[in-house]
Amino acid sequence: MASKELNSTDYIEHHLTNLTYGKCPDGTWSFAEVHGKSQVAGTEASCNISEMGFWAFQVDTLFMSVLLGLGMIFFMRRVAKNASSSKPSRVQNAVEYLVTLVRDQVQDNFTADKNPLMGPLALTIFVWVFLMNLMDLIPIDLVPWMLNGFAAPNAEGGAIHYFKVLPVADINAPMGMALGVLILIHYYSIKNKGLGGFLAELTFQPYGKWMAPINVIFEIPGFYAKQLALGLRLYGNLFAGEMIFILIALFFGGFFSSFTGVLSGIAGLALNFIWAVFHILVVILQAFLFMVLTLVYLQQAHEHH
Amino acid sequence: MNFNATLFGQLLAFMFFVWFTMQYVWPYILEALEEREKEISDGLEAASRGKRELDEAHQKKAEILEEAKKEAADLVNQANARANQLVEDAKSSANEEAERIKVSAQSDLEQAAKRTKEELRSEVAALAVSGAEKILGSEIDQEKNSQLIDQIAQEL
Repeated sequence: MASKELNSTDYIEHHLTNLTYGKCPDGTWSFAEVHGKSQVAGTEASCNISEMGFWAFQVDTLFMSVLLGLGMIFFMRRVAKNASSSKPSRVQNAVEYLVTLVRDQVQDNFTADKNPLMGPLALTIFVWVFLMNLMDLIPIDLVPWMLNGFAAPNAEGGAIHYFKVLPVADINAPMGMALGVLILIHYYSIKNKGLGGFLAELTFQPYGKWMAPINVIFEIPGFYAKQLALGLRLYGNLFAGEMIFILIALFFGGFFSSFTGVLSGIAGLALNFIWAVFHILVVILQAFLFMVLTLVYLQQAHEHH
Repeated sequence: MNFNATLFGQLLAFMFFVWFTMQYVWPYILEALEEREKEISDGLEAASRGKRELDEAHQKKAEILEEAKKEAADLVNQANARANQLVEDAKSSANEEAERIKVSAQSDLEQAAKRTKEELRSEVAALAVSGAEKILGSEIDQEKNSQLIDQIAQEL
């Protein structure tokens, strides 16, 4: 069935390639071409991913994140609609636990005037990022294998040859959210301090107005680095986790072919289990961190120095 | 690691989900939560108020009981005193009655004795006269000796 032997480099590269739909230099929209063929069977691909430049969409990232987000809001909406103060259902209890946790975080970190956006924002970030991170615990080959018609990555099985199930291992997803937070920080900074106040904060500190050029050199990178780091932190943690899972998956390569293959498969299982258990912590921690840091940065946008 | 339009797709999705949560999820759940918190605190307050009222009622009950006991004791004392008084009264009136009866009986007795004495005296005088007549053999002139006879009778 396999047309060529799949080596480790190809395997890793395969798992790091997003299903991409974009605009080629010749002006046509199509799925990307990888190794001379389209990512989706039966479609014409006229260029590869790097040739697409900016106008390209990672279909798998968007699909998974929107799917999880929709699942989140439909679930929450159902709970919210049936929410009762006297007889909470089990599901409502669970959601209320989450809401209480988020509300406490908002109250602890966000000491500025009450802003009705903070609660929903923090809840959305926490739950959505948590769900997206959780995709990391799905066996690395499961979804691509199913989408490829239950065939190996290099085989001509099903329709879709490339699919990354973990949206946050694509830099666009965490950075898209961080961009949203960045917009909010600018909006509230200017709203609460005035444009002058906001700029003064960046230029007149820490050494007073006569040292403005030096202050700018200190303040501007710091101001943007923390917002950049907000997205990069999530991306880095989850990408690294994904990478380890891919490397561990290499252990299973020869599982059915030889004795040493069986041994390395067993070792791989053990490693996979340990890393998955450890990763549960990362999944929750990174979702929580993203939420708390968003609140902290927005709090800074509200307070006057 | 390549930035592209996915970034903005993700941003739009993010904004939509936050908007949806803010509009249709957060307020409802928070409302239910806060309502329950209020119900619980109200319930606790009502319970503590009930307990306080119960304590007060207990105290009041003890006070009333104490008062009632005191009143009952007073009543018993009064009744006892009144009974004693009655007995005393009855005793003294009985004594008086007895005294009165004794006195009247005595005076009756004295009267009777006096009357008997009087009768006896006149009888003795008549006997003495008749005895003297017999001794003298003649009749004593009553009129002449009446003074003497009276004197004798007086001496008896």
